[in-house]
Amino acid sequence: MLDTGKWLACYLTTGKHMSFYASFGTVLLLLAITAPTALAFGFGGATAARSGFAPLRWLGKIYIAGVRGIPDIAFFLFFVIALDQGFEWMRHQWMCPDWDQPIRQGNDFVVCAQAKLPLGTAPQWIHEVYGFATAILTFAIVFGAFSANVLFGAMRAVPRAQIETAEAYGMSARQSFWRIIVPQMWVYALPGLSNLWMVLIKATPLLFLLGVEDIVYWARELGGTKQARFTDYPHGDWRLWYFLGLLVFYLAFTKFSEVILERIMKRLTFGQATSGGHAEAPA
Amino acid sequence: MKNVILSTAMLALTAGAALADGHAVVRMGTEGAYPPYNFLDDDGEVAGFERVLGDELCARAELTCEWVTNEWDSIIPNLVSGNYDVIIAGMSITDERDEVIDFTQNYTQPDPSVYLSASADLDLSSAVIAAQTNTIQASFVASIEGATLIEFATPEETVAAVRNGEADAVLADKAFLDTIASEDDTLQLLDQQELIGGGVGMGIRESDGELRDAFNAAIQSMKDDGSLNALIAEWEIGEPF
Repeated sequence: MLDTGKWLACYLTTGKHMSFYASFGTVLLLLAITAPTALAFGFGGATAARSGFAPLRWLGKIYIAGVRGIPDIAFFLFFVIALDQGFEWMRHQWMCPDWDQPIRQGNDFVVCAQAKLPLGTAPQWIHEVYGFATAILTFAIVFGAFSANVLFGAMRAVPRAQIETAEAYGMSARQSFWRIIVPQMWVYALPGLSNLWMVLIKATPLLFLLGVEDIVYWARELGGTKQARFTDYPHGDWRLWYFLGLLVFYLAFTKFSEVILERIMKRLTFGQATSGGHAEAPA
Repeated sequence: MKNVILSTAMLALTAGAALADGHAVVRMGTEGAYPPYNFLDDDGEVAGFERVLGDELCARAELTCEWVTNEWDSIIPNLVSGNYDVIIAGMSITDERDEVIDFTQNYTQPDPSVYLSASADLDLSSAVIAAQTNTIQASFVASIEGATLIEFATPEETVAAVRNGEADAVLADKAFLDTIASEDDTLQLLDQQELIGGGVGMGIRESDGELRDAFNAAIQSMKDDGSLNALIAEWEIGEPF
């Protein structure tokens, strides 16, 4: 019998625990890639929604209203499978034009072997990267719609007088958009965007719905009761402790985010006329 | 007898060869949370009765197999949409599931389902009984007059519900609850057993007849030479064939 310290040292370094620790990296990587991607989607959606060209404007508005109206859980459960099948369907049409069987056979979705994504022969890590990429795309589409709405509002919040001045100087619509509106809109967008960032952090456990093994999955798996017959480290129901660990992680991470966002806000409002109508004293 | 073995072996070989282009790698989907059928070992790898069985079946059918885990809840939708090719997850063969997917022949005998409870003299007709969602046990409990069913996504949670008093008992396969009862003094198996389900088989897409035939032949060859019974005894998965 090992003493407790040694036992813990061995227990906490099993292969399974290593996967648990690595999944923290997965979550952080997801956030690091999703946040800018969603912001880009949002910027695209917002500019489309205020475009002078009607079809583009409709497209932007439909994107914003559509995604915001669909419950997240439905989006994450069904959209991803549809997206995956959509890609495979397109590849199938392109690569196997002489395929004679139907793609939908009862409940089955069958495309030719060359069209499968990823290929059936691909090693497991390719499947995992592909799953991760579809997860990022889904998160980016969902959070892009929300940030599009925030940015759309922020662009309209830039005082009209600023744009009139730009027009008086002879700037075109494009010039006044890029030189006047875009640099100034961020301060109006930031409270909304920082909210979204917090929601995004808390939404990461949805990853497991998409088949990515995230920290919540591993915490549940590791914390569950283990019988001596199936493991070298039997223990009771320790899920509470693992989830407490996750609680600390999420709280620390959101607190850290708040500090950073506070700093960005200070910098953005430096010397700028805010909606209150007065210039803030230089800090 | 020798002829039977030879012909099934031949069948397995030819079926394997025919599959060479369609299934270069067969992806085996399992839950990884239902010992002794399937679970994750200390290294995070899929282990258990079905891991050993699946590897042996793949070797006999000359297939290259790869293991993936998936939530029980969405294990059938992900099979039919092609994310993996086989479900090997302690899934009992039922008519309801057979309408959506195909099954190989059963590789375990029908395992009785048992109740695990904190008290030996529980009145089932007024009890709160836990079961995993979308299992034969859940639909069985739903049909017990007077009993209340509460469903959970994972087997672990059904047992935890009994430990913390949320449920009076949990109904699950005997092989799964046996180990838990023997390692926890506060919980015991009730005498009453329910004979539900028609044995466990591998789930395969209805459009994937060749793969089903290959595994059927491989299972038959393991039944014929007794190696399946040896595995069943080693992992204590009910009665032998």
